[in-house]
Order: sequence, then C-alpha cells, then structure tokens
Amino acid sequence: MQGKVKFIQGNEVCVEAALYAGLEFFAGYPITPSTEIAEAMSARLPQIGGRFLQMEDEISSICAIIGASLTGRKAMTATSGPGFSLMQEALGYAVMTEIPCVIVDVQRGGPSTGLPTHVGQGDVNQARYGTHGDHAIVALTASNHQDMFAITVEAFNIAETFRTPVILLFDEVTGHMREKVVIPEKGEISLVERLRTSVESGVDYHPYLPREDGRLPMSDFGGVHRYNVTGLYHDMWGFPSDDPKIVYGLIRHLMDKIQNYTGNMTFFRQDHIEDAHTVLVSYGAAARSARHLVENRRKRGERLGLLELQTLWPFPGDVVRKVCKNADYIVVVELNTGQVIREVKLAVDRPERVYLANRIDGQLISPTDIQNILRLLHGKGV
Amino acid sequence: MEKCRLVFSGSGGQGIITAAILLAEAAVLHEGLNAVQSQSYGAQARGGAARSDVIIWDKPVYYPKVVQPNVLVCLTQTAYNKYHPTIRPGGLLITDTALVKVDKSAEARLAQLAFQDQVKQEMGNTRGLNICVLGAVAALTQIVSTPSLESAVAGRFDERFREANLKALHMGIALGSQRSSASV
Repeated sequence: MQGKVKFIQGNEVCVEAALYAGLEFFAGYPITPSTEIAEAMSARLPQIGGRFLQMEDEISSICAIIGASLTGRKAMTATSGPGFSLMQEALGYAVMTEIPCVIVDVQRGGPSTGLPTHVGQGDVNQARYGTHGDHAIVALTASNHQDMFAITVEAFNIAETFRTPVILLFDEVTGHMREKVVIPEKGEISLVERLRTSVESGVDYHPYLPREDGRLPMSDFGGVHRYNVTGLYHDMWGFPSDDPKIVYGLIRHLMDKIQNYTGNMTFFRQDHIEDAHTVLVSYGAAARSARHLVENRRKRGERLGLLELQTLWPFPGDVVRKVCKNADYIVVVELNTGQVIREVKLAVDRPERVYLANRIDGQLISPTDIQNILRLLHGKGV
Repeated sequence: MEKCRLVFSGSGGQGIITAAILLAEAAVLHEGLNAVQSQSYGAQARGGAARSDVIIWDKPVYYPKVVQPNVLVCLTQTAYNKYHPTIRPGGLLITDTALVKVDKSAEARLAQLAFQDQVKQEMGNTRGLNICVLGAVAALTQIVSTPSLESAVAGRFDERFREANLKALHMGIALGSQRSSASV
C-alpha cells in the first residue's frame, strides 16, 4: 500500500473513505459524536463538485439521501443514537423501496440523549430491529482506522450490489480517536457502481422487474423514465398492490436478498484462535481492548484468542460457531448490557460456555477489566 | 523503544487537546512511529475539564486510553488534584507555576515551569500557552525531534499565526531544556 499517510480522526477517515467510494451527496444534522463527519463533508464535497446539505433534522436528512440516491448519486448521512431513532421510519422506506444508501451511527451512551461525549455500543439491536415490520438489514463496524476506511467503502459496495441501506455502526472512541491511516491509491479497493437499466427512453421501464440473476437495474429518477416508488407493497411497475402473491414475493425477496448472501457481506478478523481455550468475541472500540489483552497474555503463554466481528448484521453465526468450536470459554466483550452475546449464544453449540464482559458507564472497557473477568471465570479470583 | 503514555489535562479552551494532537502527529507523520490520540471532555465547549491521552510507540497500539501516564501535564489545579495520583512511579509531572500549586508528594520527577508568565510576557497574551507546553514536553521527553514538531506546528496554523506559534514552541523547548539539564 503506497497511498497517502494521514493522522486523523475516525470520523474523518469515514469521510475520506466515502469520497473514495464515489459519494456525491451528504445530508445531515450534526450531532456529537458524529459531528466531524458533517463538518468534513461540508468542506470536502464542494471541492469535488458534490453537494452537502445541512438539514433541519434527522428525518429530513435520511429522506434527502434516499431521494438523492434515487436520482443516481451515491449518498450518505451520519448521526448518533438520538438521530438514528428519528431515522428508523425512513430506513424502512429505503429497505422497502430498495434504494441504496449508507447511514453512519457513531454510537454514544443511550437511551435518549444519554451521554453525548461518551462511548456506548447500545444501538446494535436498534440497527437490526429499529424499523418496523419484517426486514433484513446490513450493519458493519470496525475498530481501527485502516479497517474503518475499507469497511466504509464496502458499505457503499454492498448498498449498490444489493440495493439496500447499509448501516455503519461506529462509536465515540473510534470516531474521535486519531491514529495513522493510509489512504489507498485509486483502484486499490474495487468499487461497485450502480447497475442501471439498459431500457431506452420511450420504452416502458419496470423498476421492480428482476433480471434473470435476480438483480433490479435502476433508472435515475427524474431522467428518461417515469415510474412510481412507494413504501406500500408494490408490483413490478412500483404501484401499490395487496395481491397476496405479490406481497409474499416481495417480503421473501427483501429477506432472501440479504440472508442468502450473508457470506458475501461477512467481514471479521481472527487472532490466535487455533489453540485458544478462551475466545474473546468483540467489535468496534471494545475489540481494541480485547486485542490489547490477547496480545499481552499470549506473550505469557496464555491460550487466549480473539474473534473481531466487522459484520454485525446479518449476524455471521456460521463463522462464530466455527471459530468458537473448541473454546472452553467464549467471552463477548461489548459496551452494552448484552446485545451481540444473544446472537453468539444462538450461534454456538453448548451456549453455557458464553459469558459477557461489558461496561455500561460511558467508559471504554479496559484490558484490565476484561482480565479481571477472565480471572473470575477461570476460577482464579481477582 | 519504551511505550510512552502521556496525559495532557487542563480546562476546555486552553488548547491542550491541540497540543496532544500535534505531538502525536509529529510522531506519526515525521518520525514514522505509531501514535493514538484520544480525548475526553464534558458537553460544554469551554471551561469544563479537558483531557487528552496520547500513546506513542514503535509497535501497534490497541487500547487507546492511558491509565497510568509516564508523562502527566496539568494546567489547572482541578486537573492536578484529579490526575496526580495516576502518574506512573518514576514518571514526569509537568505543571505551570502560575496555574497549579503542587502540594502533594508523588514518586515522580517534577517540572514546574513558568509557561503562562513567560508566554504572557513575551507575546502579550496567553494564546500560545499550549504550544509552549508542547515544546517543553518534547524537550523533556525527547520523543520527537524539534524539526518534526516544527513541521507539525507549521502545518497546523494559518500563515497569520504560524510565526507566533513557532515562537511559542521554541520558548517551550528552551524552558524544557533548561529544566532537563538541571537535576530533576
């Protein structure tokens, strides 16, 4: 990798990565700890001929990016917990209408306005279940700047490939922290561009008629085709329908297009797993503490391993099951009262091996915190 | 190299977070080291307690917070009272003579320097305080070279303020060098 070295905040990394991925439109309502994303976008987007809009709230922000995306532009918004709550309704609209977009949630302590300047990872389940009705969703995360760059680009690729909103679940620590990042050269990470219809002007375009491979080519809204877009169940023309066959077909399609391709969107890192009798499962900022501990204890010969999840939804249950197969103890390290741990317990054989190491006081769990919990588990006392 | 853990503490508006960023940036961009800089602050922009943690090492840094600093900088009495017990034995405590009364014993080297008085005297205001402190931290610890710091500082500020900040930096380097050549 021979790109440009920068020493910047995680939030700025997210901005650089989004621009690398081809972002042309950002609408947002700044909120701590995501503010630097809007701030940097307002400076960077006009430089490349893009558009930055500061909106009146988070509802209009997500609606603006959905609209922008429908016209053919890669679009993103960024927020934190309180704003993410307001975005839930329109998130479901993007799911239903299959409009690609990226929503960044830099998590802080919640619920409500909670802890604006402190870290939390309490929005994991909100990302999955926050919008109403059955649906599938993609949510990705990362613990360091280089991975944050790659995963942000990947979010845009997945959004375009599967015509879906993708959520980036970062957190206050990774968002505000500064460390080195190497901005990759153009072409170093491959980009997915939008699949556009080959139907010509003057010929009927069916916005929801799949090709043979199941994909739905798009037509830039406001361009040469007139078509309907609705959050109601709809037919291949995009018009409302309550025909049970159409309803069944659409909900199945919305679920299957994500769930059947879980493998294409599963990202994770595993360290020292082979002989590990204790496997830490973690993600985001908490994974930094977990990795710190694993690297330190390995030097003393302790058989500790780490599975760092970068894909939280769809939950990579197969990976978790395989990696944790031989562990005596599986310890989920997260900054909430236990959200990913539920999925881990569902995924592994013998879920009685699964324990929680957490902090819910606005502070990043430390390697010592985790070590103390491991000592108790291993029967060594504190 | 030994892992260097620094805490810069004071109140919001003093610029200590900027000082911490510049030190870490100099280490990463100009010395080829690894550094992680993080900060914690309350909801208010000015007047609240501010703290920034920097870890500089030649190996990867994962946990980004500092629990026991090797180098602790305190620019308010509140910060000193709060953080002085955390300093690593044998570490270095840097305070401002006008802003902090050091009244507790610690198993650390002590550098009480007249940053604020000198900056005010030579520059007419205290805006360069943070950069002066940065210069002293670098001189006392030798983590980054003077040219690296100069590049980081010069790159940070608009032309109008560049000269003044470089002057503050060198004032700090001089203060720190005098202190480190004296017995500590």
